Amino acid sequence: MSLKGKVAIAGLGQTRQGKVYDRSYVGFAVEAVQLALADAGLEREDLDGLLLNPGLAWGTAAMGSFMLQQALGLRDLKLQATMNIGGATAGAMIQHAALAIAAGMCTTVACVFSDRPLKSPEEQKSRSGAKEGSAASYAFARGLDAAYGHFGVNAMYALIARRHMHTYGTTQDHLGAVAVAQRQWANKNPAAQLRDVPLTLADYHASRWVVEPFHMLDCCLVSNGGVAVIVTSAERARTLKKPPVYIWGMGQGHPGGEPAETLVSGAPLASSTAFRMAEITPADVQLCELYDCYTFTVLVTLEDYGFCGKGEGGPFAAAGHTAPGGSLPVNTGGGQLSSSYMWGMTPIAEAVVQARGEGGERQAPRRDVVLVSGNGGLLSTHTTLVLSPLPS
Amino acid sequence: MSTDPKPPRPVPEGDEQLAPYFAAAKERRLVVQRCAECGALRFPPRDICSSCLSFGADWVDVSGRGEVFSYNVMHQVYHPAFASEVPYAVVVVKLAEGPKMISNLLDCPVDAIRIGMPVEVVFEPASERVTLPKFRPA
Repeated sequence: MSLKGKVAIAGLGQTRQGKVYDRSYVGFAVEAVQLALADAGLEREDLDGLLLNPGLAWGTAAMGSFMLQQALGLRDLKLQATMNIGGATAGAMIQHAALAIAAGMCTTVACVFSDRPLKSPEEQKSRSGAKEGSAASYAFARGLDAAYGHFGVNAMYALIARRHMHTYGTTQDHLGAVAVAQRQWANKNPAAQLRDVPLTLADYHASRWVVEPFHMLDCCLVSNGGVAVIVTSAERARTLKKPPVYIWGMGQGHPGGEPAETLVSGAPLASSTAFRMAEITPADVQLCELYDCYTFTVLVTLEDYGFCGKGEGGPFAAAGHTAPGGSLPVNTGGGQLSSSYMWGMTPIAEAVVQARGEGGERQAPRRDVVLVSGNGGLLSTHTTLVLSPLPS
Repeated sequence: MSTDPKPPRPVPEGDEQLAPYFAAAKERRLVVQRCAECGALRFPPRDICSSCLSFGADWVDVSGRGEVFSYNVMHQVYHPAFASEVPYAVVVVKLAEGPKMISNLLDCPVDAIRIGMPVEVVFEPASERVTLPKFRPA
């Protein structure tokens, strides 16, 4: 039994993202669902499934999806879950929705992410100088690490990036090439947080270090906001307002062990399943929306999907393949580095925009086979989606 | 301001699981956990052996020798104790016996650190109660 072309994305809702403070994290989620319903031409009564990836601001709200159901006033849901495998969750929500729809458990599922890690200037003042904001949000240390001054996800990823540089000769210029290419895309995206800020490789090198080998411009943004995607059967999607974006293939890969040793993400495992379902090879992929918590993550992901040899992600990006006008457009909205950080929802949302041909100035020339990756932990969890505007 | 005492490093001295590690360090011994069932060595300490899934473990001395597996150089200040230290390196040391440890490298400028360089343990008092194992080029 193949799911290829049986389920589709029918609606996309994105709130304003970035330094936006006029909503709570639940408020962003509700607004995103409303926007997605309007995009699809659906009413909220049409939803019978709700999946939530809670961002940091949801804290320990273990039943966030129920909290969101109540906030949205949704009745008689047939599917609901709060899910978290880090940056791979967004893809996993789409997959769980597709499986449940194909199994007949439900018909129309909203997959939702929201977060509000950034505090407004007023909120920061009223909290007696407590450290808040982008640095503080992701600065947790593990056990003994803090005693040695090892704080935050940036520092953990930097250790893996350094191994890649040592093993394969990846350079700072290679990392910078990813940052520059994605900024070129962002400069064409009206919604990108850094739309109006051009970036050269010299600017990249001049930007401050966060933790070597990462400059500030190697690290993704931290953003407030919400995104919702509505998944339904292909049949139903064809009757709705927007052209369907069909799910051709999907897979997951969670390698375990130590990615710092292997320098390999879950992409090989996830893509083998997804590409078989989609009946494609890497050569068929026309554009990519790759999870980019760091410039480095993009290089590894390009390698692990087979767009270049292992260890050759740096030279591949430096050759301009992923930039506007390149042979393999990657992160065409600017990605999480230059547009907005909605965890794995950023790549999915841009994939929907591109597959529909709604990219405007940044529309990629070919859009029949769109690859989306999600990556969580330290190259620990991975999801693959293959999307297309064509049913098969 | 310069006369203010530096804020203490955030050492998890109350961590029960790490107590044997800190006690050994005070005696200038480096120890790691050993699975009581299959003998696999592990660090940092955990309740369960991920090789054989048994719960029992003891602590054993290791040589204190190893090599730099990876490193980064911290520029951003996340805790006031490190405000006067930046930029400083954090290293991952792969011990000769296998387990890896997050640590710092003494007697070595950050731009001289290389992956694969041999290192050995040294013991640095962090407070009256706690001694931290660190490393230096061997």
